[in-house]
Amino acid sequence: METFQIIILLLDATFRIATPLILAALAGMFSERAGVVDIGLEGKMLGAAFAAAAVAAVSGSAWVGLGAGILTSIALSMLHAYACVTHKGNQVVSGMAINIVVAGLSPTLAYAWFSMGGQTPPLGGDARFKSIVLPYAETARDVPVIGYIYAELISNHNIIVYMAIAAVPICAWILYKTRFGLRVRAVGENPHAVDTAGISVDWLRYKALIMTGFLCGISGSYLSTAHGAGFIRDMTAGKGYLALAALIFGKWRPVPTLFACLLFAFTDAVQARLQGVELPIVGVIPVQFIQALPYILTVLLLAGFVGKAQPPKSIGEPYIKER
Amino acid sequence: MAGEQVKFGAPLKIPGWVNYALIPFINLVAALLISGIVILIIGDNPIEALHVLLYGAFGYPEAVGYTLYYTTNFIFTGLAVAIAFHCGLFNIGAEGQAALGGLGVGLICLNFDGLPLWIILPLAMLAAASFGAAWAYIPAYLQAKRGSHIVITTIMFNFIAASLMTYLLVEVLIDPNGQSPESRPIAETTWLPYFHDILSMPQTPLNLSFLYALILSAGFYFLIWHTRWGYEIRVVGQNETAARYAGISSSKNIILAMMISGALAGFVGINEIQGVHHRLILDFTGGYGFAGIAVALMGRNHPIGIFVAALLFGALYQGGSELAFEMKSVNKEIVIVIQGLIILFSGALEHMFRPKIEAAYRRLARARTVEAG
Repeated sequence: METFQIIILLLDATFRIATPLILAALAGMFSERAGVVDIGLEGKMLGAAFAAAAVAAVSGSAWVGLGAGILTSIALSMLHAYACVTHKGNQVVSGMAINIVVAGLSPTLAYAWFSMGGQTPPLGGDARFKSIVLPYAETARDVPVIGYIYAELISNHNIIVYMAIAAVPICAWILYKTRFGLRVRAVGENPHAVDTAGISVDWLRYKALIMTGFLCGISGSYLSTAHGAGFIRDMTAGKGYLALAALIFGKWRPVPTLFACLLFAFTDAVQARLQGVELPIVGVIPVQFIQALPYILTVLLLAGFVGKAQPPKSIGEPYIKER
Repeated sequence: MAGEQVKFGAPLKIPGWVNYALIPFINLVAALLISGIVILIIGDNPIEALHVLLYGAFGYPEAVGYTLYYTTNFIFTGLAVAIAFHCGLFNIGAEGQAALGGLGVGLICLNFDGLPLWIILPLAMLAAASFGAAWAYIPAYLQAKRGSHIVITTIMFNFIAASLMTYLLVEVLIDPNGQSPESRPIAETTWLPYFHDILSMPQTPLNLSFLYALILSAGFYFLIWHTRWGYEIRVVGQNETAARYAGISSSKNIILAMMISGALAGFVGINEIQGVHHRLILDFTGGYGFAGIAVALMGRNHPIGIFVAALLFGALYQGGSELAFEMKSVNKEIVIVIQGLIILFSGALEHMFRPKIEAAYRRLARARTVEAG
């Protein structure tokens, strides 16, 4: 195959892999910019993936499934808020607890309701989000370069991929151009100032966590009803943590986070292709090294060896009103 | 107690049994209640499930052996997470540190299997401890010297450890005569003795490392509450500023606590590789590192509490495997749910029940002193 085609196909795969990462990382952005650590992205995604697949299988509609996924994820996010905002619990412990509960609960329910060894029935037809062929994609295919890019890379994705791309400017707009966004950023930096201004810190963090749940819900539903066709146990396989890494790599900002997600997804797409391929100078790169690369890069960034990641100032601290 | 008359208005001291027994017990009951509701929803009988679970864990001698074998792992990881907690650190990386510890044990046993057990065993323990400690050292150093948040770095290190282990077992240490990613078996002379070799009991994976875990628990108590190292670790954990004014280096203690933590987690490798599997395999850590968080939280970072919590989790793991055979729709996964709920109630929601329980205790105690007086 031509190099050009290979590159386009790689980028195409990159978009598909990046979609859940982008949505989950943006989800984490709202929570963390509001000062609440969220290592529970993984659990919320898994919960949404299960709920979406289960409901889509029963109702036969992917959209109803998506709704169920979003509601489940918001419910888990509210549990996180209840523990960390209302009861001032440890945010890391709460996230961890949610991850573990969902990791156990989703196969338990799947096993009991569908008796297929912890899976949901395979989805087909309207129960799954199908690829959308953009107008004139097939006629444009023959136009050199641009036509091929349009047909392969831009057209032919399912709706959630486009949603993820659209979510980046929308979230950036919410975070930087709306009153809510300004307050979210302020409450993550200095909750005392926000409180002094007469705004409820707790309610603001709840609202930020609803956003987190909403976006995480779409991300998880994508895995089971768009990218895959049904729920498989542990199907998130660390994607929630990878999204968290991308968020940190993007320094908690929307556009850099998008690029971090694309970079991580690209390494994943390349990894599948480089399996056992001899490269000039370096020879065969172990697949496992490429898989670990996003995590290594994130550690290096956190250590300040590659740029500096400055987290929101009051992240991880429950807000206690002074008496 | 006539000698300890409560002064009017003075806050009543909450006795240890409330803090170390009653509150963890209430958390456990809450976790079990919610799991019971889940079991009801999926159409089974929770009481029956609990019965199956208990019988599966303690009902016959073989079960007890398995329960104690799982308990061993939970003691190691529970102590590991607890020492980090004492220093105010959250070590989510016990899973990766345990994997590296197992790698150390495996390398020793594979390379020196001509040596007798009494030389191999200390070498393997040293390897488990140093590999685990080394894997914890990097995040600890980054936290202490460069301010990188240890929660995130230890999560990343779990994934890096998983990739490293897969690479080593697929490409380097793989048994040349085998297909699956595992090393060749280690020589029988290097195996840890099983309990059933020594005592008359049925064959179970319970081995000598259980005793080692108990010795370590005693050592843990001594280290934390009766040595200078332990004192400094606790001071740094409770108040870093106070520690600095007292001339205690926080970075030194962060690194020290994390390295001990990593070493403790690494001992899972002794139990699993040298004690049971007798070869290096993938994923032998099986979530023990994460469960260690629940064990430490529930055991309130005290070795006795950790032992009780580890025993509980050992029982859940062993009894849980019985569920799938005996029940209609409940299976082993419910144990993971219980584990998560225990972390939720005794960790994240610790401030939910505690003030109410303490207030209730104060009311009762005060009523009693009034009656006595």
